[in-house]
Amino acid sequence: MKWLFKAVWLWLDDRVGISVLLKPMKHIAPHDAKWWYVFGTATMIAFIVQVATGVALAFSFIPSSSQAYETLVFITNDAPFGNFLRGLHYYGASAMVLMIGAHMAQTFLFGSYKFPREMTWATGVLLLSFTLGMGFTGQLLRWDQTAAWSVVVAAEQAGRVPLIGNALAHFILGGETIGGATLSRFFAIHVFVLPGIMFAFIGLHLWLVLRHGISEPPVAGKVVDPETYRKEYEELLEKSGRPFWPDLAWRDVIFGTALILAVALLAFFIGPPALDKPPDPSVLDADPRPDWYLLWYFALLALMPAKIEGYLMILVPLFIGMLLLITPVLNHKGERASSRRPWAIAVVLLSVIMIGSLWIAGQRSPWSPNFQALPLTEKVIGASSGPPFAGGQLFHDKACLNCHLIQGFGGRRGPDLTYIGDKLTRDNIVIRIVNGGGNMPAFGSSLKPQELDALVAFLESRKRPIRPQDQVPPAQK
Amino acid sequence: MNENVTDHSCLARLETPEELSRRGFLEKLSIGLAGFCAAVVGVPLIGFVIAPLFRKVPEQWVTLGKVGDFQVGKTVSVTVVNPSSLPWAGVTAKSGVWLRRDSETSFTAFSANCTHLGCPVRWIEGAELFMCPCHGGVYYKDGKVAAGPPPLPLIRYGVRVEKGEVKISSVVVPITTTL
Repeated sequence: MKWLFKAVWLWLDDRVGISVLLKPMKHIAPHDAKWWYVFGTATMIAFIVQVATGVALAFSFIPSSSQAYETLVFITNDAPFGNFLRGLHYYGASAMVLMIGAHMAQTFLFGSYKFPREMTWATGVLLLSFTLGMGFTGQLLRWDQTAAWSVVVAAEQAGRVPLIGNALAHFILGGETIGGATLSRFFAIHVFVLPGIMFAFIGLHLWLVLRHGISEPPVAGKVVDPETYRKEYEELLEKSGRPFWPDLAWRDVIFGTALILAVALLAFFIGPPALDKPPDPSVLDADPRPDWYLLWYFALLALMPAKIEGYLMILVPLFIGMLLLITPVLNHKGERASSRRPWAIAVVLLSVIMIGSLWIAGQRSPWSPNFQALPLTEKVIGASSGPPFAGGQLFHDKACLNCHLIQGFGGRRGPDLTYIGDKLTRDNIVIRIVNGGGNMPAFGSSLKPQELDALVAFLESRKRPIRPQDQVPPAQK
Repeated sequence: MNENVTDHSCLARLETPEELSRRGFLEKLSIGLAGFCAAVVGVPLIGFVIAPLFRKVPEQWVTLGKVGDFQVGKTVSVTVVNPSSLPWAGVTAKSGVWLRRDSETSFTAFSANCTHLGCPVRWIEGAELFMCPCHGGVYYKDGKVAAGPPPLPLIRYGVRVEKGEVKISSVVVPITTTL
């Protein structure tokens, strides 16, 4: 029997060329390209998970504005493994974003983007943008209330592109408003256009890895000189190189397995994000938020200076993208070791801190009014009758509580007013309420005189309680 | 694997000038034909994909309800069904607008989209303010910006009263542009 299998294999291999196809797996790579080098393969493994789970989900998902939500409810609640598959697809996307970030940071810190791998880096940067595009369009395919309003946000953002903004916005919406043409466009982009482009670019990226070889771990003092680098690299491989498969690839396999396990465990125990309400644009109590990997940009949109925001909204991502693309042009030779490139460490750290801080800000969204604020209790108001009590109730009814905190209750958009009575005089409080100012609306025209008096009485009463040790004996006054 | 597979990637013998000239012509012919084929398929393809840009929706007045359905001084959200929506739009054919009856005969209709990034603004009755949940845009009752990042007042739709019915001009998502 064995001879038969061998004969069949040899025939197939001769006619199809399987060994030749797999030969690149055995390309020679630096022997010390170890655990730091697993993130690229991990990104590709996450991509494969996305393709596989995406294809499976497409068996039941109907990309129609009227039916997609119902099919998602079916996939989540009724289809065998449907909830798990949705989870795999969601956490697979998160894993892909994280891994591409780690891969990029490692490549940057190791100086691997330098000669002759400039285009390997550039194709990687484009793959990052396609991955984020996949993330955003994928969130929209979760065709619920958040998704529908996120399309509007995307269209509005596209509208800020000079000259062609309006056309771009209508292209995104599939017309002048959300409707039957909206979802199917995003489905086509998410399922055909972007993956097609990504397959092509992953192929190109891998081809460039093979063409220029996996970069050797940097050594302080060993600089990249375009005149001599290729010769030195060849000599290094000659001297100590190892075939990628299996000598080096086993680490990628172990890390990839751990990644898939983590994704599967999250999908099983936590599950996919819950579906919001149906995508009915006439329901106006919506609060659209992007998925976590774009939350930092959501925060940036709230924190940009309003006057120049229209420009920054487009220019900031464009600038970051261009800067990343031309990084190897700006710096293609010299030291690779991060110990000799402290600015490289600083750039990565600053990027992580910046994105992390914006992410936390986006998570807290202190700029958003708190629409769920409940009326203040008598205990919090500190009175059960009289003007301060009436003012405490008005503080909720006039939506002051949506933006201000009183003893931890309310919104965080404006200053905490728990002890405002210690800081402002009665006149100042009146001026602030009537005229507004800063980022506060003027309430002068919407408050009756008695309402204003009650509100002021309440706010004046907001004083820090006097502790016994702070009390001054009457004799010393 | 049989390693003796012939390499066909280049011709071993020298070619005559006639052959070279013929090859040049065939190259140009093939590239030209490929470009023609790409145009034959590509032009309608692009036209199909960008067609929504050119789909002109005629202005249509949509009925919101009877005049008596709305109280003077009250601002309410009203559901509008887009009359020119595609048959498979489902619930997405609906839109919400904020309508206020200013007097016995006059109404004001505001777009529900924040002019910052299009999120749905909410009317807060007690404060007489529209507030946006996304980035904290706030508008006064007349639609003017009160606080936050919105660059423009809330967009108003045309309203008219006809045969006892309140109607607004077709509802679109107002796009705020930079230039």
